[in-house]
Amino acid sequence: MPDAALAALRGASHEASSRTNHTDGVWLADDEPVLPGIRPRYVAAPGSTAEAAAVLRAAAAHDLAVVVCGGMTKQDWAAPPRRCDLVLSTRRLIGVVEHVAGDLIAVVRAGTLVTELRQLLAPAGQQLALDAPLPGATVGGTVAVSTSGPRRMLYGTVRDLLIGVTVVRPDGVVAHAGGKVVKNVAGYDLGKLITGSYGTLGLVTECAFRLHPSPAASAYVSRRVADPAAAGRLVADVLGAQVVPSALEVDAPPEGGFEVVVLLEGTAEGVAGRAVRTIRLLGGDAAISDAAPGWWSAYPWGSGDVGLKLTAALSGVPALLGAALAARERHGVPLRLRGSAGTGVLYVGLPGTAAPQTVAGVVDALRAAARDVSGHAVVLTAPAAVREHVDLWGPVEGLELMRRIKQQFDPDARFAPGRFVGGI
Amino acid sequence: MTTTDISVLAAMLRAAIGDGQVISDRQELRTYECDGLAQYKVIPALVALPRSAQECAAVVRACVEAAVPFVARGSGTGLSGGALPHADGVLIVTSQLRAIREIAPQDERAVVEPGVINLQVTRAATPYGYYYAPDPSSQQICSIGGNVAENSGGAHCLKYGFTTNHVTGLQVVTPDGDLVRLGGRAPDAPGYDLLGAFVGSEGTLGIATEVTVRLVRLPESVRTLLAAFRGTDEAGAATSAIIGAGVVPAAIEMMDALAIEAAEAAVHCGYPQGAGAVLVVELDGPAPEVAAQFTQVEGFCRSNGAFEIRVAADEAERALFWKGRKSAFAAVGRISPDYIVQDGVIPRTALPEVLRRIAEISRERGVRVANVFHAGDGNLHPLVLFDDSVEGQAEQAEEVSGAIIDLCVEYGGSITGEHGVGMDKAKYMPRMYSDDDLDTMQLVRCAFDPRGLANPGKVFPTPRLCGEVPGRHKGAHPLQEAGVAEVF
Repeated sequence: MPDAALAALRGASHEASSRTNHTDGVWLADDEPVLPGIRPRYVAAPGSTAEAAAVLRAAAAHDLAVVVCGGMTKQDWAAPPRRCDLVLSTRRLIGVVEHVAGDLIAVVRAGTLVTELRQLLAPAGQQLALDAPLPGATVGGTVAVSTSGPRRMLYGTVRDLLIGVTVVRPDGVVAHAGGKVVKNVAGYDLGKLITGSYGTLGLVTECAFRLHPSPAASAYVSRRVADPAAAGRLVADVLGAQVVPSALEVDAPPEGGFEVVVLLEGTAEGVAGRAVRTIRLLGGDAAISDAAPGWWSAYPWGSGDVGLKLTAALSGVPALLGAALAARERHGVPLRLRGSAGTGVLYVGLPGTAAPQTVAGVVDALRAAARDVSGHAVVLTAPAAVREHVDLWGPVEGLELMRRIKQQFDPDARFAPGRFVGGI
Repeated sequence: MTTTDISVLAAMLRAAIGDGQVISDRQELRTYECDGLAQYKVIPALVALPRSAQECAAVVRACVEAAVPFVARGSGTGLSGGALPHADGVLIVTSQLRAIREIAPQDERAVVEPGVINLQVTRAATPYGYYYAPDPSSQQICSIGGNVAENSGGAHCLKYGFTTNHVTGLQVVTPDGDLVRLGGRAPDAPGYDLLGAFVGSEGTLGIATEVTVRLVRLPESVRTLLAAFRGTDEAGAATSAIIGAGVVPAAIEMMDALAIEAAEAAVHCGYPQGAGAVLVVELDGPAPEVAAQFTQVEGFCRSNGAFEIRVAADEAERALFWKGRKSAFAAVGRISPDYIVQDGVIPRTALPEVLRRIAEISRERGVRVANVFHAGDGNLHPLVLFDDSVEGQAEQAEEVSGAIIDLCVEYGGSITGEHGVGMDKAKYMPRMYSDDDLDTMQLVRCAFDPRGLANPGKVFPTPRLCGEVPGRHKGAHPLQEAGVAEVF
């Protein structure tokens, strides 16, 4: 039987691209393990915003559910989509469109790897100040999920660095928001709405970012302490001092204890001076190193494990550290804890082999603890068996407005349906 | 709205928030006829002055029931007509919501009501060693609620970012009249970043009734210099050299000869004689680094032709440097009876070229333009001078002002960097965005405000139809129908 949807997708792709091979832009997903547990029928890899728009218009006409994928590093995050007919890959949307060093901005296609972008910008002495906790992540995926790492403390997260965005809406309409200048208040900041929307509002094809100069020097000052209260005190001491850290991290491996690490960046003399002050602040056997610890900027879990994100008001960080350790003890699990204590963001990893009921118990305990300090506990990733036993998101304020946003952008619920909060 | 409708709504509002909190007297209403952009004037049907978030929500609910538009207003200092009243609507003034709820240095947060003045937050936080970073020039009078609506910037946003980077939580009244919390003290609330969408939406998505802001540690060291150049080209080149060397000053501000003349006339700031341009450069941070970079900055100024450099010896001198800059808009009144304050953005590297073209336009049309700007981030504030008593000058000035905005768009910039779109620039939005872009932005508006009652006519040149509108009433007045009000 002829496949009308496939023909339409291919026709759209072909017409909007300069490629001569008719089947090159859209193909059957048969032989390709595209997403874990999901069997899409088609894969499309458009090479331009215009081609992506044409393909998505065809997908809309045939009522295809669409899941956008980039580097495939976070497809097991959030909930699996309820429906997926077409996987739209950004693998051909790559490269830097524009890098204006004098203006400290770059416009980048969504499929570009964050690590590649780093290498492209480095010769100009500039950086996109976003850590890449997952190697292989694309710029588009980083925006869609809003991942962040240690240096969020100084530079902020995607929402603070994204100054313009090109999006293809679920109906195939191309929309831009923001621009190429850092200072701009013309119109709604759609970039912020798209950031962290998990591909449920549309396809990001291009991003304009604010860049920062690469620091001339950096140093890591660290100290080990035994308990959460001591770690919390060190964090508060560093926050109250004048050492201007770029990052303030804690790591609590399952074996016990805490490592508190301060990243300092700046001029060589400045960093050296602040490092000395930081060593005094941390006290004890605090030490300085040029190199980051092995765990730096990585999530405390591996593929197939359970990963949680906890947030807190800053003063609540010690309580949250304590709650995580208490949960480790009470449930007898090798819980790993790590994160940006200086911004109130912590991550918890549990082995994927942990019993779902145990994980549910830990999530409940941490969610209650986070709530007490004005924060949230969100399960970012978990094996299927665990998902059935836990509420991934916990309480979400403003959910009704979020549903209305989704309804406006994607009235037929075709973009990653079910992946996001409240079944959006 | 008929007089009867207004009386019905006024009664409803008085019942909800108290007799003294509703203004319906025509003369009193006139006080609120414009915001900081005084060329537009509209007298609102009613003014409501809620004293709590609940009262604010009650006012909005009454507007929804009566199908009457509402406009929020803080201190009324906005420069784009964002708080311009609607003739058939209620102006909701947040100036009585002015409590600082909490200064929480341990959380690096402050929780304030929307009517709190920007500078008061910094004053309240300073004893703890913290401050609120966004500092619009009007910071002594502008409100935090207005800052949220406009996503206000300021001289120091070059390094520290804008309001949107410093607001972590809001309580808002939605255009349905519901109180909703977005974000909070902790970062990264789950779900769509509605907080990010709300900040800068110019009152079209609702009204903020409580604002949680980030407090920033006071820098260990602040150093400020004033450098005088023969012209803006040299000052621009010095700016490029500073940024190019990887220095991120807290602020780099530039004024041209005409702006300097005006500032001198108004506040006697004592800027160097014969300067065709001055730069005010401020560095802050750890003392040793500031000292090292300050020397670098001085070097860049000199090598690019600065003929005089003054370094602020103390806080008083620093304040004097800033006084000239921060009073520049008003100061222009000393050299011209009337003027338009423009606000546009260009990529910083295009500065010399754009300034040349502004000078050309000024020469060709015979309209004087004074330039004041945030040179570090390319945010221009050309002041277009005219005399309204001379026929045709106002129109001419308006044309020049529009031509400058076209230049900003041509060079890949923005039609507004910090004053907002409001009433004034809605017409320019299509120059920067396509119909599809604007349509997509309005999807957000339809989600928040399907009835289009929140500050209608602002930001977007044409409203979008939102499809099915819940609760649209026909026939008898809804308040009468509901039996909650009588006709007086």
